[in-house]
Amino acid sequence: MNGRFMLDGQPVMFEEGQTILQAAKAAGHYIPSLCWHPDFPPHGSCKLCIVKVGGRHVSSCALQAKDGMEIESNTPEINGERRALLQMLFVEGNHFCPSCEKSGNCELQAQAYELEMTSARFNYFFPVRPVDASHPDILLDFNRCIFCELCVRASRDIDGKSIFALTNRGIHKHLVVNAESGRLGDTDFSALDRAASICPVGVILPKRVGFAVPIGERIYDEKPISLVSMEKER
Amino acid sequence: MNTSSLETAENRESLRKVVIDPVSRVEGHGKVTLLLDEEGEVREARLHIVEFRGFEVFIQGRPYWEVPVMVQRLCGICPVSHHLAACKALDHVVGAQSLTPTAEKMRRLMHYGQILQSHALHFFHLSSPDLLFGFESEVGKRNIVGVAAAHPEVARQGVLLRKFGQEVIRATAGKRIHGTGAVPGGMNRHLAPDDQRMLKADVAKMIEWSRAAVELVKRLHRADPVLYDAFGTFSSGIMSLVRADGAMDLYHGQLRFRDANGAITLDAVPDQDYHSVIGEQVKPWSYMKFPYLRDLGPDQGWYKVGPLARVQNCDFIPSPFAEAERREFIAHGQGGLIHATLAYHWARMIEMLHAAEVIRDLLDDPDLMDGPLLSTGTHAREGVGIIEAPRGTLIHHYQVGEDDLVSMCNLIVSTTHNNQAMNTAIRAVAQRYLSGHELTEGLLNHIEVAIRAYDPCLSCATHALGQMPLVMELVGPGGETLSRVTRG
Repeated sequence: MNGRFMLDGQPVMFEEGQTILQAAKAAGHYIPSLCWHPDFPPHGSCKLCIVKVGGRHVSSCALQAKDGMEIESNTPEINGERRALLQMLFVEGNHFCPSCEKSGNCELQAQAYELEMTSARFNYFFPVRPVDASHPDILLDFNRCIFCELCVRASRDIDGKSIFALTNRGIHKHLVVNAESGRLGDTDFSALDRAASICPVGVILPKRVGFAVPIGERIYDEKPISLVSMEKER
Repeated sequence: MNTSSLETAENRESLRKVVIDPVSRVEGHGKVTLLLDEEGEVREARLHIVEFRGFEVFIQGRPYWEVPVMVQRLCGICPVSHHLAACKALDHVVGAQSLTPTAEKMRRLMHYGQILQSHALHFFHLSSPDLLFGFESEVGKRNIVGVAAAHPEVARQGVLLRKFGQEVIRATAGKRIHGTGAVPGGMNRHLAPDDQRMLKADVAKMIEWSRAAVELVKRLHRADPVLYDAFGTFSSGIMSLVRADGAMDLYHGQLRFRDANGAITLDAVPDQDYHSVIGEQVKPWSYMKFPYLRDLGPDQGWYKVGPLARVQNCDFIPSPFAEAERREFIAHGQGGLIHATLAYHWARMIEMLHAAEVIRDLLDDPDLMDGPLLSTGTHAREGVGIIEAPRGTLIHHYQVGEDDLVSMCNLIVSTTHNNQAMNTAIRAVAQRYLSGHELTEGLLNHIEVAIRAYDPCLSCATHALGQMPLVMELVGPGGETLSRVTRG
C-alpha cells in the first residue's frame, strides 16, 4: 500500500516497505546519516538520521513510513541534536582533519560542514589507539573509528570473512580484527574486499595513496554531502 | 670581540637579570635574558627558545605518505619548506631516483614562490620599521602600519610582493598556507592555465620591485656604513647547499662549508651524508639544539646559514640581475667574507630578486602545464631531504619500517643552525651597546634587531608582528622582581 506523510510541512509519497529515510530521499529530501548504507539493512546506531514523529525521536533509517505521519527533520532543534552527536563523535576519537588523508572524502567531516559544526564543544578524550600497518596493502587507523559497523557488516555479509567486530561496551567500545594476534596482516583480508572500500571515515585506507588526489578536488570539496548523497542514490 | 665568555657568568646569583619576553616581530616565541653586574656591565646574554614542539616524536608511527602534510604544520610562515624537504626525503623511500620534469619544475616554482613571499614578509613587515625609522625610534610607530604611513609606496610594494609569492604557492600547492601539492615521488597537480596567465602578467613588476628593494637596502648601508658594517658583527664559518657547478640553488644541491675567512673547507657533501659532517649539541637552558661541524667540534665548528651564507657560499647566482647584485655585495667585502649581522637584509633582498627571476623563467616552461607527475622505483627504508628554506638550510631525515610507518625522524631546521650565531650576535650587541648604560626600551630593541636580522622562526609556527608586549623585569639577587616595565 502506498501512502503519504508530511516531512517538515511537505507531502512525501512512499511505497509499502520504505523507511522514512528511503522515502524522503526518493522524493528529493535529504536526511543526514552516517551508518546507513543503501546496500545494507538499517543499523540505527549513529542516530544522525533522527527525526521527530508525533513528538517522539525515531531513527528514520529504521522506521517504516506510515500514512499520515507528521515528521520534523530539518529544524533548528533536530539539527542542533545532530550537531551534538557529531561533536561527541569528534571528541571520542582522534580526528585531525588538517593532516588526515581522508579529508575531503570523509563523511564525518562532510556532515560537520553540512550541520555547521564550528567547534568541538566537549572536552577531547584523546584515546590511545595505535594504528595497525601489518597488512601489506591496507592501513588501519583506529583513531578515526565512529563505530558505524559498515566494515563489520560488509566483511561478514558480502565478503563472507567476518574480519572486523566491535568489542566492549560504552566508552570502552572499539573495533577489533578477528585474528589471534589482533593484526590485520594475519587475516585473509584483501584490498579488493567490499569492506576495504566502505569506511565512511579514515580508518580503512589503501596504503601508499595519501594525497595523490589534491585537497580541493575531492568528493565533498566542491559539493556538500547533502547534494552528493542525493546524486549518488538517484 | 670575545663573546663566548658571556654564555655563562660566574656568580650568577649575585647579578641582576633583565628579561626580554617575548622577542617581538619574529616568528614564534623566544626570550632573552641578560645578567648585569652592579656597574651595569653585561655578564651573561642568552637567547632561549622556550617552545617545545615534539614533532620528531609524534611523527613516529605514522604512515610516511602523511608526513609531508603533517610536518608543514611546524610553520605558518614557511610550511612549503617543510612540505618539500619531507617530500625530498621520502622520494628516496618510494624509490624516485629522479623526478619527472613536470614535478621537479612545479616543486621549484612552489619553493621560489615561498622564498619570495617569506623574504618580503620579513624585510618589509618585520624588519623595515627598525631600518627605516631607527632602532630607538618611537615604539608606537615602529611597525608596518608606521611604514605604510611614512613610506606608503615601500609598504605597498612589500605587501604585494608577498601576495604574489603566496599566489605562486596557491597555484602550485592548492592553498596559500598548508597546501598539499607535493607528494613522495612527485606532485599531484599541474599549473592551471589561468594561474599561469595571472602570474605572468605580474612577474615583471615583481622583478622591478625586488630590484628596488635591493637598492633600498644598499641605500641604508651607504647612509650609515659604520652601523651597518659593525652592528652585531662576528666571524664564523658558513654553510649552505650549492649546485654541483657552484651555482646558488635553493631547491637542491650539495653541502658546502667555508671558514670565517671564506676558504672552502668542505665541499660537495651529498645530502644523504649530512650526519657524517654535522653534529648537534644540547644545552640545558634552551629547547633548541646547537649544531656544529663534527671535524671542528661544538666550540669551533658552529656556523651561520641563511641568505648571508648562501650569497657568499655560491660561486654565482644563475639569474642576471641577482648575479650583478651578488658581485656588488661580494665587492663590499673587499676580498673577505661579510659577517655583518645587518648584511643579512642585503643578501636576503638579493635572494628575493633571484626568486622573482627564477619564477619568471619557470612560468614560460610548458612542462608545468602537462606531463607525468609521479616517479616510482624500488622502495627504501631511509631518506634525507635538504632544502634551502628562506631562513637557511633545512634538513629532514626519516627512517621507515617494513610496514610503511615512520620509525625515526630527525629535523634540523634553519633557525637551529643559526642558534649559536644568534646568541653570539646578541652578546656582541649587548657588550657594545648595553654594557654600562641605563637600559631603555630602545636599547633593548638593539638586541631584538640583531635577532630579527636572522629572521628566526622560533617555533616555526606563529609570529608576533610587533603586537606582543615587551616585558622587562629587574630581578634582585633573591629572584624577586624589583621593577617591571611593559611596552605595547
